[in-house]
Amino acid sequence: MNAPLPRPIVFRRPWYSVALERAIEALIMVCGISAVILVGGIFFFVFREAFPILASPNFGLGEFLFSIEWYPTSVRDVRYGVLAMIVGTLAVTTLAMAIAVPFGIGGAIYLSEFCTPKLRETLKVVIELLAAIPSVVWGFIGLTVVNDLLITLFDAAVGLNVLNAALLLALMSLPIIVSIGEDALKAVPDSYREAGVALGATRWQMVYRVLLPAARNGLLAAVLLGVGRAVGETMAVLMATGHAVQIPTGLLEPVRTLTANIASEMGEVSQGSEHYRVLFTIGVLLFGITFLVNLAADLAVRGRRR
Amino acid sequence: MIAVPPPHGIEARALNLWYGDFQALRDVSLRVRPQLITALIGPSGCGKTTLLRCFNRINERYGSVRTTGAVEVLGQDVYAPEVSLVELRKAVGMVFQRPNPLPISVYENVVFGLRVHEERGRLTRAVLDEAVESALHEVGLWSELKDQLQTRATSLQLDQQQKLCIARLLPLKPSVILMDEPCSALDTAGTRAIEELMFVLKQRFTIVIVTHNMSQARRVSDECVFMLLGEVVEHTRTEQLFLTPQDARTADYVEGRYG
Repeated sequence: MNAPLPRPIVFRRPWYSVALERAIEALIMVCGISAVILVGGIFFFVFREAFPILASPNFGLGEFLFSIEWYPTSVRDVRYGVLAMIVGTLAVTTLAMAIAVPFGIGGAIYLSEFCTPKLRETLKVVIELLAAIPSVVWGFIGLTVVNDLLITLFDAAVGLNVLNAALLLALMSLPIIVSIGEDALKAVPDSYREAGVALGATRWQMVYRVLLPAARNGLLAAVLLGVGRAVGETMAVLMATGHAVQIPTGLLEPVRTLTANIASEMGEVSQGSEHYRVLFTIGVLLFGITFLVNLAADLAVRGRRR
Repeated sequence: MIAVPPPHGIEARALNLWYGDFQALRDVSLRVRPQLITALIGPSGCGKTTLLRCFNRINERYGSVRTTGAVEVLGQDVYAPEVSLVELRKAVGMVFQRPNPLPISVYENVVFGLRVHEERGRLTRAVLDEAVESALHEVGLWSELKDQLQTRATSLQLDQQQKLCIARLLPLKPSVILMDEPCSALDTAGTRAIEELMFVLKQRFTIVIVTHNMSQARRVSDECVFMLLGEVVEHTRTEQLFLTPQDARTADYVEGRYG
């Protein structure tokens, strides 16, 4: 009896297996560049709606950016100045960050370095819960609890103002700052901690001298994501700022933000009208602001790495 | 008061250590003499690194470590309740297996210990500059790095990083330097440089080195401790341990029959 001949070894794979591999690669590439396509598409459509306003005699770019006069429905003399809303957005965001950054970074440090693993798990669940509260519910809290609180504490005329909205935004961006910040600290190699400990650093010295420099970029990213959240937030600030178009002179003054303005007026304009296009132009402006924030973050991160 | 030089750099007495339920050190008693290089050798998992990490109590970073027995450094019990770990680690420096300079400048790495231990007011620019220059001189990095003190330490070559890790111990004027396989990440030239540095440093410090590399132990150490399964099997002069080991297990290990 002859033994069966061994099958010759062929350096080939069946065509369908190769084709499948190619298809998967193509699919993954599509996923990868989809973000670029989406951002480009969104920008294109928003810009397309806004662009025709530049031709209108009632609209001037200088007036748009530097005038505080916002009378979009005036019959005799329409004016589209959003400076007050730009200032309102900046005021609310800045104050919110002034509150949220120290708490957020502090919370991240506590979670990652000081608390016991058991407590950490509990705290993280609670913080994630904070992130899960819908923004309109935050708005309710602003309308009722914070409103009453500010009136009682500061004897404010209205409780719906810069401080109210900033407190809400701080609480809303806190979970982002804490969880991204904690990830950044956790990503610091343990050998750095060991080096610090072996040189006799106390826990706080180690945080201050080892972890903060080592996790700087990640912490910066956490803060800027918080800023992004605060700038873009709409519903809560719509309900809590008081919605008055004016440059605030104090923390207890009502303001209006760019986002809240779009949201509140969009439902009342007729499509394609001048007012409609101006609201889209505000959208382009918001786009520009967030783009600048991200660019600044990117440059800061790169500059420091060098 | 008359300053009596302590008889032993480090002394361990009946030292037992458990990681959870696992006993990593068994009744270890050991005297490490000052101004010598003592090598801890043995197969993986024999407890040599654990023993080293008892001398500055850095073992305790991981929870669930339990220790009994005593360790004295320069005649003081380091496990006594009133001992401050911060002060202990100022006196007992450590060099790790992977060079671990901090991700800050070369300069700040060297003065890190001073910044941590000294009052801010005493750290004038002149004091810091002087500390950096003399520490880098001592490890032979000054001429290479004097113009790039502000570069990030993590971007240096590995052997420069490891020398820097030794240099940053020096401003604190430690008595003991613990080295945990300090050359295992380096090439032969880097290894030679670190070994030569050890010869220079041993006149002033008590050096304990853990090494996997038996030829390194033979080259650099004056005394050698052979450990197996958490116990000290033999501790004697290095040439004696390698040429005329007293214990059969030592003999088998140094001849490479297991490991």
